Amino acid sequence: MATNEQYRICQSTGLRVYKSAENLIKANAVVAVVFLAIGGLFGLMVALTRWKAVHLLPADWFYLVLTAHGINVLIVWIIFFEMAVLYFASAVLLGCRLATPRWAWAGFVLMLIGAIMTNVAVLQGDSSVMFTSYVPLKAAPSFYLGIILFAVGALVGCFVFFGTLVLAKQERTYEGSVPLVTFGATVAAIIAVFTIASGAIILIPTFLWSFGYISHIDTLMYRTIWWGLGHSSQQINVAAHISIWYLISAVVLGAKPLSEKVSRGAFLLYILFLQLASAHHLLVDPGISSEWKVFNTSYAIYLAVLGSMIHGLTVPGQIEAAQRKKGFNNGLFEWLRKAPWGNPAFSGMFISLILFGFLGGISGVVMGVEQINLIIHNTIYVPGHFHATVVAGTTLAFMAVTYLLVPLIFQRELVLPGWAKVQPYVFGIGVAGISLFMMGAGTLGVPRRHWDISQADAILPYDFPGAANLMMGLNGLSALLAGVGGIMFVVVVVGSILFGKKIESSSEVAKTDPAAEVATKYGSEEHPSVPGTLVLVAVFFISFVLYYYVNWKYLAEIWPLR
Amino acid sequence: MSESEKDTNENEEKIPVMQQLLDNPFLLLFLGVTIPTVFYLIWGIMEIVTIPIAK
Repeated sequence: MATNEQYRICQSTGLRVYKSAENLIKANAVVAVVFLAIGGLFGLMVALTRWKAVHLLPADWFYLVLTAHGINVLIVWIIFFEMAVLYFASAVLLGCRLATPRWAWAGFVLMLIGAIMTNVAVLQGDSSVMFTSYVPLKAAPSFYLGIILFAVGALVGCFVFFGTLVLAKQERTYEGSVPLVTFGATVAAIIAVFTIASGAIILIPTFLWSFGYISHIDTLMYRTIWWGLGHSSQQINVAAHISIWYLISAVVLGAKPLSEKVSRGAFLLYILFLQLASAHHLLVDPGISSEWKVFNTSYAIYLAVLGSMIHGLTVPGQIEAAQRKKGFNNGLFEWLRKAPWGNPAFSGMFISLILFGFLGGISGVVMGVEQINLIIHNTIYVPGHFHATVVAGTTLAFMAVTYLLVPLIFQRELVLPGWAKVQPYVFGIGVAGISLFMMGAGTLGVPRRHWDISQADAILPYDFPGAANLMMGLNGLSALLAGVGGIMFVVVVVGSILFGKKIESSSEVAKTDPAAEVATKYGSEEHPSVPGTLVLVAVFFISFVLYYYVNWKYLAEIWPLR
Repeated sequence: MSESEKDTNENEEKIPVMQQLLDNPFLLLFLGVTIPTVFYLIWGIMEIVTIPIAK
């Protein structure tokens, strides 16, 4: 089909960028960053309240702010940014116009109205039901309606993405299979469809219940179906940020996948099994059989974990292969030492990869074991785990790719390049601290979602060990550091968009940068040699096994078998 | 057409089953929605609705 839609050719990458896709990517990314700033501020207030020496907020404000933090960062920031990623991975990487841009704008507006509506409901003070909004806690109807509108908007965005894949195939803008990054984004969109459907199944009746049209919603039914939304929404992130790891290593280093087949096979394991991890949240709930729990959290999910471990090998592996081709062949790790650590896109991506694998991945698998889960269930260990996956993994990867999007999509040079250079390190160290110290405190029994660690007003008070209080203090300090990193990111990105030097573009055909071309084509590295990566993988496995058995030992000490 | 050219053409036309699967986003969408719906949602809901009601 012929089209008169305007496009430009990016002079640095040679990618063809259609105006409709560009505007939607810009709008979604900008709104995402605004909600990141809001949600991050709420998160800092949560951490400072849980720090015993500071104890910033009163109880009612704590639960309000905790609700706002969860909604804004776990849902709004991430899904707005994922919409930008979907439009980028389809329209830009396939060199195609966006299918039905008007529907995409309608979806964007619905998401924005929904996000604002839910935020207003929370800030009015009668919807402090936290991210999970478990019944019988009842929020204002506008709280549920806002989430439903947001989800419908996101679903529209997913189908615009699928439509763009069809359009690109019809118009033959690519040959053979879609590029790996686009395939990963497809996986994210597929998981999003299941996620949103689960949310609709439970939130529409809950919305009616909040009005009084439905008299009762079963709590276990709510929890089971809601986690199809709550946890799967975080699995969208995993697929999206791993696609971004592949994208950044391709664009920055020209790294080709070690094996397209293996990486796509790993993504296929996500499609088949990753969403079953939702069952982790129900491991101690009565009424559901062990067969259901064990199948969904162990046998099936281990296949998805296998997918993650494959990506954990192939992403650093393709970086090593690309670096070795450039001549960094001395010893096991010259490729890593001489990687572009001053490029925030690369450093952010690599820190995201390490923290996601070592902290988020290992802790996630260990806590998914039904028996070990009993040690840490509903303790602050759980937020420790998901701050490693969602903040260190996803958010840092999204920050990293933003440093590529600003010149490519916004056509602006980065302002404050020195800040940009150190920002991933500041944010990464801060988030690693948050994650580790929360997991440490959780292991000592500190509950999650509790306003007062000293439990001063409890009928049966309990004193946590001094180490737990120390860790919650260190968590507060780490949150401050991560907050500084977050502010640096917002200042650099907003400053670049508003005041950055304009980069000229053209509608003329430019020679595609070979590095960027790798991201737009199907193809594997030929005869790669990755000994350094294999050593890193061995270190990962040893850490994994040790941590796994330490937890079994810990469990055995709690209930000695005599 | 020589025998070797025939073979080459046949090889080019054969698309492996796995590649056909991975190149079909709508088949993947079907699998990605059906599998968790059956194993997580439907199985879980069936267990909950078969819990005896307290008397």
